Amino acid sequence: MPDGWHVSEKAHDGRFRLGRPRQAGRMNYEFDFADVFAAWPELLQGLVNTLVLSALAMAIGMVLSIAGALGKTSGPKWLRWIIDEYIELIRNTPFLIQIFVIYFGLPATGLRMSSDAAALLALVVNVVAYGIEIIRAGIESIQKGQIEAGKALGLRPLQIFRLIILKPAIQAIYPSLTSQFILLMLNTSVCSAIAASELTAVAGDIQSRTFRSFEVYFVVTCMYLALSVFFWTVFAAIERTFLRKAPSR
Amino acid sequence: MRALGSSDLLFIIMAARWTLLLSLVAFIGGSIGGVLVALARTSEFKWLRLAATGYIKLFQGTPLLMQLFLAFFVPGLFGWSVDPWTAAALGLSLHASAFLGEIWRGSIEVVPRGQWEAATALGLRFWPKMALVIAPQAIKLAIPPTIGFLVQLIKGTSLASIIGFVELTRAAQVINNATFRPFTIFALVALVYYVICRPLSAYSKRMEQKLLVAAR
Repeated sequence: MPDGWHVSEKAHDGRFRLGRPRQAGRMNYEFDFADVFAAWPELLQGLVNTLVLSALAMAIGMVLSIAGALGKTSGPKWLRWIIDEYIELIRNTPFLIQIFVIYFGLPATGLRMSSDAAALLALVVNVVAYGIEIIRAGIESIQKGQIEAGKALGLRPLQIFRLIILKPAIQAIYPSLTSQFILLMLNTSVCSAIAASELTAVAGDIQSRTFRSFEVYFVVTCMYLALSVFFWTVFAAIERTFLRKAPSR
Repeated sequence: MRALGSSDLLFIIMAARWTLLLSLVAFIGGSIGGVLVALARTSEFKWLRLAATGYIKLFQGTPLLMQLFLAFFVPGLFGWSVDPWTAAALGLSLHASAFLGEIWRGSIEVVPRGQWEAATALGLRFWPKMALVIAPQAIKLAIPPTIGFLVQLIKGTSLASIIGFVELTRAAQVINNATFRPFTIFALVALVYYVICRPLSAYSKRMEQKLLVAAR
């Protein structure tokens, strides 16, 4: 069994009980968050690691997605076929299996890496399959006629790029790009299955030490929710401030 | 350690039935919950709309893995000890309710306002209006994203392995622990998921294209 498996052994055969045996249907469980809150430095570190892992995976993933999208829109036929099949393969298999193939499978072929590196690689491999289609939609939203109109109006090349190519393309892909980032961030929790150092793995450590399973996972779930709400708010504010579309006539 | 035999491979492939069964149960549970969420989300009562929005955000803003953990541990607070199968079915159903609810709300709202008004003008009450006028139009639009979500759900069942439910992924781990042939085993499992999910994805994409053509 891979390390980082965090439901206790008792839980696996379904006999896990919280506290003393008691009457079913009556809540007389005594909550005890003290042990969980005492571990706040660990939780905070886990939160930071989750953010770093998400940001790195997104950044690398987007660079590769741009390359993939260019390959798909203007590459030779065989390349487009490979990219299409890659997208389908990744989209139609679970992320957990992708991590297992990379972390447990690749060493058999001589490629060994740490659990953090494997987690990052798996996240990148996964997000690129979605990123390529998002970037491609952005590229296709650029209208040739508008570039020509810009030239006719005497705009400089840099102005054309900024106002006619970049801004509309970003406007077109911004919503799917930001929700993809949040999906990616939530997906990092699966990396705990190979004991990568992120928030869910920290939760596993704390629960195996304190046996306060509900309290740990409740607090950590709230932390993920806080991250999501934070990013939803920030992304919406950025969109309102910088990406407001010109009123259409 | 022992050699990886054909019976091991068969064991893994046969475990796919648990993946399929869990997906089916979660999809049915999620459909029932999803209808309720979609109706609440489009309700005329503000508090109902707010409650449904909160429910959806809660499930869209937290990892599925956390949702499964809580589905496993929360019943314990009330003295019900649940087995991994029940916890996985419960967690995935609640998860699917939120996502299907949001998908179906979208489909309901795309039905033109005039259709609602016409149905009201014909004297139809809420349920007949929904069943006879709105649903037939909304369902057609809802099919591609619903099948798309079904693929997500089937992939999501792999996380049930982490709370100890023996399905495809867990079966592969069990065999891997005994034989240690991770590349072969997990590649095989990936292939099984692919064979299940790819046709559904392709169908969803084809239906979507058809609707796009029809809308033009």
